[in-house]
Amino acid sequence: MRHHLKGIALAGLTSVAALFSSAANAVEIEYWQYFFDARVEAMETLIENFEAANPDITVKMTHFPYADYRTKVAAAIPAGEGPDVVQLFYGWLNDYKEAELIQPLPAETFPPATIDEEFFPMVAAMKEGDNYWALPTAVRSLALFYNTRLFDEAGVESPPETLDELIEVAKKLTKFDGAGNITQVGITAGMTAQDHHWFREVLVRQMGGDPYQDDYKTVSYNTEAGQKALDFYMSLVKEHKVSAFLFMDEPQAAFKAGRAGMHIDGSFRIGSLENTRGLKWGVAELPAGPDGTKSNYSSYWVNAITTKAEGEKYDASVKFMQYITSDEAMQIWLDTVGELPAKPSVGMTEANASNEVFGPFIRGLAYAHTTKFANESAQRQVLMDMVSRVDIEGQSSADSIAAAAAEEQKILDDYYAE
Amino acid sequence: MTLYRNLTIKQKQIVWAWAFLALPVLFYTIIRFYPTGTAFVISFQNWNLLGSRTWAGLENYRELWNDPVFWKVFKNTFAYLLIGTPVSLVLSFIIAYHLDKLRFMHSFLRMLYFLPFMTSAVAMAWVWRWFYQGVPIGLFNNILASFGIAQIEFLNSTTNALPAVLAPAIWAGLGFQVIIFMAGLRAIPTSYYEAAKIDGVGWATVLTQITLPLLKPTMVFIVVFSSIGFLRIFDHVFNMTTNNPGGPLNATKPLVLMIYDTAFNGFNMGYAAAQTVVLFTILLVVSLIQLRLLRSE
Repeated sequence: MRHHLKGIALAGLTSVAALFSSAANAVEIEYWQYFFDARVEAMETLIENFEAANPDITVKMTHFPYADYRTKVAAAIPAGEGPDVVQLFYGWLNDYKEAELIQPLPAETFPPATIDEEFFPMVAAMKEGDNYWALPTAVRSLALFYNTRLFDEAGVESPPETLDELIEVAKKLTKFDGAGNITQVGITAGMTAQDHHWFREVLVRQMGGDPYQDDYKTVSYNTEAGQKALDFYMSLVKEHKVSAFLFMDEPQAAFKAGRAGMHIDGSFRIGSLENTRGLKWGVAELPAGPDGTKSNYSSYWVNAITTKAEGEKYDASVKFMQYITSDEAMQIWLDTVGELPAKPSVGMTEANASNEVFGPFIRGLAYAHTTKFANESAQRQVLMDMVSRVDIEGQSSADSIAAAAAEEQKILDDYYAE
Repeated sequence: MTLYRNLTIKQKQIVWAWAFLALPVLFYTIIRFYPTGTAFVISFQNWNLLGSRTWAGLENYRELWNDPVFWKVFKNTFAYLLIGTPVSLVLSFIIAYHLDKLRFMHSFLRMLYFLPFMTSAVAMAWVWRWFYQGVPIGLFNNILASFGIAQIEFLNSTTNALPAVLAPAIWAGLGFQVIIFMAGLRAIPTSYYEAAKIDGVGWATVLTQITLPLLKPTMVFIVVFSSIGFLRIFDHVFNMTTNNPGGPLNATKPLVLMIYDTAFNGFNMGYAAAQTVVLFTILLVVSLIQLRLLRSE
């Protein structure tokens, strides 16, 4: 009897001890991202897999509407609340670093040399000094969407591969009413959507220029190449009349409505086009320049460890970062969200790179550039105004691009002066 | 407690009055005055919402003074005010004046005029934005095209865009002003009109000698109310030009939109706060002038 009691007491003690020890090992870290259905769903899968592999770590995800995101993160971290691992737009990295909201990734676990080698080249923008500060799970790039029904109707067999072909094909796809007003555009145009990226990183480079220098701190598209790029862009509307600015209000709306033969947009558009009834479309790589130069623009959201994470939470955060930048995580992200893997080892697999829809985007990543914006919306505005001045006010392209370069330089100077 | 007991009734009343007033006073101090004060302070600082605030002195105001966009925006803001207020005043008076005389389907028509006021500005702005498009989707341009008339660029134009954006904003506020005017018209004693009838005075004299003078308080109220509305115009402009906010070439940008853009796209809080202080000053001056007009009554 006594032995029996002793046994129970012992068992009780050990179980209590076990309870305490497991409680001591369990670490909970917080992950924040902005709310977008598919992203949240993908992250839930990733967290589930991660927790299964690391039973002593739990990850709590919080998400906010995009509009509140920056404010909430900024208020929470200095107060010791908020996330241990946070998702942010690549363009915000500098602000977050300066404000000491994030800390560098440890070089032992994330050796810069290995990352340089393993990730697509534009990710190098996240390296500062001897460390990477943040890493993406997925990236986005541009491609040429085309309406296969309109192509068939016009007897066009394949999407254009060069800028000259682009204009020829667009001419076949454009329709006018009796008064000469465009009722269907060959290709959409409007700096309001993705065209400002196409202009900066693609057209200027294809005309032999370099849009920026000095790590994107100096504007250098006010050159002959830049003018050629602007002239080409304006010729779509003015000379060749294969497009109209703001046709049907928004380029993507015109394409969705089947009133545009071609449309340049990002990989994030795939989801909404897939859900459009009656629209048949294909994707091709962006047309090459006159000398065969290919270029593309890539943007991405990155994950970083905040300065709030310390001790075992820091260790857990590092492990979590390792998992969400792994090949497995990237494939899950591609399958769930439709965003492209950030590493060639995942992106360039036979199945992914030859995928009808994702393929052209992924192939574009190999030669993509990432603009380091100081203030993306203000810099976009500069290019919109540049086109408006030529379009509405009849300014010469040389004067307009010179004014745009000066304006954008001022934005960059103000930003980097602080 | 004895302290309270020793007070006179008058003093006790004051104590109680303040006890009840404490709540709204506290509310206003925390919700209104404190943030307003902070905005003034931030206007002398640099702050990107993430890092710490640093003192900038008058730099933000100096930058504002030298910013061509600000002066363009300043002009636009007053264009909204100076076109919007008189046009809506005249329109709403004409409608109210005739509606007041009408008996047939009076309530139904009044409801129709009031309906836009109850509609969400965002929904309205988007519908009008599509009305303004070119062929094949724009309502107005489709009508023009069917008569063989050349297209009009409503929004993608530096001259037409501001009136085009202002029109639905005026239309939206019309219903409210019509109702106020009708209330004002009803408040005029009928004995004046009867006297005028006996004297055999024409309608123009009745209008200028009786109706309009007696409507002055109503008109001052509507002018003050709609001026503040037009000076703060934002939702219509923002929603009709989301892709190129305040564009093209800042042709439609009002001050509030510039503040929003500086604060929440540029994250330049100090500069945005300086703009807010300027807007505050404008609103204050305009309201003071109008209040003075009211007092002379």
